Amino acid sequence: MKMLLDNIPEIPMADWINYGVGWITDTFSFFFDPVKDGFGAVLDTSAEYLSIVPPIIIIILMALVAFFISGKKIALPIFAIIGLIFIQNQGLWEELMYTFTLVLYASLISVIVGIPLGILMSKSNLAENIIKPVLDFMQTMPAFVYLIPAVAFFGIGMVPGVFASFIFATPPVVRFTNLGIRQVSDELVEASEAFGATGNQKLFKVELPMAKKTIMAGVNQTVMLSLSMVVIASMIGAPGLGREVLSALQRADAGPGFVAGLGIVILAIIIDRVTQNLNKDK
Amino acid sequence: MPVIKVNNLSKIFGKKTKEAQALLDEGYSKDEILEKTGCTVGVNRATFEVEEGEIFVIMGLSGSGKSTLVRLLNRLIEPTEGDVEIEGENLAKMGGEDLRKIRREKMSMVFQRFALFPFRTVLENAEFGLEIQGIEKEERSKKANTSLDLVGLKGYANQYPSQLSGGMQQRVGLARALANDPEVLLMDEAFSALDPLIRKDMQDELLDLQVKMRKTIIFITHDLDEALRIGDRIALMKDGSIVQVGSPEEILINPANDYVERFVEDVDRSKVLTAENIMKRPETVDIEKHGPRVALERMREQGLSSIYIIDRSRNLKGYVTADEAKRAKDDGIGDLNEILNKDMPTVDLSTSIHEIFNIIHDSPVPVAVTEDGKLRGIVVRGAVIAALADGNGVNEDATR
Repeated sequence: MKMLLDNIPEIPMADWINYGVGWITDTFSFFFDPVKDGFGAVLDTSAEYLSIVPPIIIIILMALVAFFISGKKIALPIFAIIGLIFIQNQGLWEELMYTFTLVLYASLISVIVGIPLGILMSKSNLAENIIKPVLDFMQTMPAFVYLIPAVAFFGIGMVPGVFASFIFATPPVVRFTNLGIRQVSDELVEASEAFGATGNQKLFKVELPMAKKTIMAGVNQTVMLSLSMVVIASMIGAPGLGREVLSALQRADAGPGFVAGLGIVILAIIIDRVTQNLNKDK
Repeated sequence: MPVIKVNNLSKIFGKKTKEAQALLDEGYSKDEILEKTGCTVGVNRATFEVEEGEIFVIMGLSGSGKSTLVRLLNRLIEPTEGDVEIEGENLAKMGGEDLRKIRREKMSMVFQRFALFPFRTVLENAEFGLEIQGIEKEERSKKANTSLDLVGLKGYANQYPSQLSGGMQQRVGLARALANDPEVLLMDEAFSALDPLIRKDMQDELLDLQVKMRKTIIFITHDLDEALRIGDRIALMKDGSIVQVGSPEEILINPANDYVERFVEDVDRSKVLTAENIMKRPETVDIEKHGPRVALERMREQGLSSIYIIDRSRNLKGYVTADEAKRAKDDGIGDLNEILNKDMPTVDLSTSIHEIFNIIHDSPVPVAVTEDGKLRGIVVRGAVIAALADGNGVNEDATR
């Protein structure tokens, strides 16, 4: 048996993938290059503008957003104020702004692409059967792997970070949108049809409002995954808190590593609670 | 003129519907077709007509295909074969746009589990059909409010469905269906999810509403009592086929086959209940003491059109009608004997409802129940029907 298996020549899978990535890079460079330059500029400018704004203004704004979104409770705003002051105090403000910019854009793109994809999936079993395994693949592949083609397509910096994060973080919002719409009770769908609703009316007046909570849970997941991915993306040169962690790791310097890590935790908690509260009944 | 004409309407679920349809036309049974083709026959060549303004009840046990049938009528389920004509237009064959127009303007549906939109207020729920039609906000809230008033939900417009009880939720469902003023109302087990007392109230209210609206209503139920209470005509379904169509009386008295008979047997209390069970305490006038004036006054107080006359020892003498008493009063006649009718229907305490049913059918006055010539009670038409339907109006203390 051993002989038999050894006799199968090694399939040059890695070569094929290299060839494929190379082909995509060359063929679509007309697309990748302008995206790299244009979108890169947008990201840089956004982060720079955010860094120019005095931290105190952003802290106050964040606290206000947290206050109103959490239903006028004070726990979350207080946490936001203390946490953000701590990050500023540790000299990580600019890094925080970069990380925040990356998360913002990455999750925005994921949601803009993911929700329509989820709707398509809920409407067509064929689409579901095709998209589902792709999503499984996207989610189970170790996140680091995406960094490699990302660099090939977009070079290093923020843009490949957003790209890798998009691949890694989009599946939950697609899945939850699909699930939310499929879970709308048959009777409600029948009711809308019985009153003569068109497909679009059914979607916008019944299915999406009914699925809103589930979809928002997916959005929350997607945002959290983008945060974890933009941290990893520091390995391909994305700036921000992740880069501090990475450089501390390279110097085996526990102190600064944990401080930057704490910054990420604080940001994660604020983003998580805010997106979760978007979902609650006021 | 029939509003809805259903002709040879079938629904077969499964993959080999053509094959199954051919077998069905050859007269194979539902089970045989399932075995041969793996297809389930939902509705088997249903043919019936529904007249304008009637309540047409489709009734059968679960799995009999009644819910499928009602969904074929507005094509929530695509028919395999057959026609559904509504005012001459064949719904089963029309395109999507025309179908939507019919659903928007001519037919509305009320659902078993209400199917209200939880994120919309009561008013917004009632507006739904109008909103779908693209009617202006102002006009649709006016119409929706009118229809909420109609079902008795004035003042609840800004509540959410979850804040209402089951009965009230179904009123919202009804208001939503009525808001676009459809000609046909499809009610799929509309009251089945409600508890029995509320269900009865809703049945009564539907009948009250129907007096005002005169809609054509197709009402699905698994409950024969309900069918008998509200149906002008009843269609009984079994295994996807309609086995009998007829008035409640026809179905009760003349079951078309064993299946209907067995169905009816459970409800047929007419064989066990007697006059004593359903009689009421009568309003009477003592002929030895009173004249037409008192008789007339008593009828007016009680809202009666006739009254039984007895003597001092409660022997039944006859009855007088309100018209005659009025005339006697105007003519100055003082003795009831002159206007007394003696040809009243009388039965014993032990007469079965079944017999009373036949007597009362063409009697202008309630049936008198006597014992040794003495008046013990009266039986009104409604009590007979109610007792036949669900045992309501039966005196628990009849033995006293």
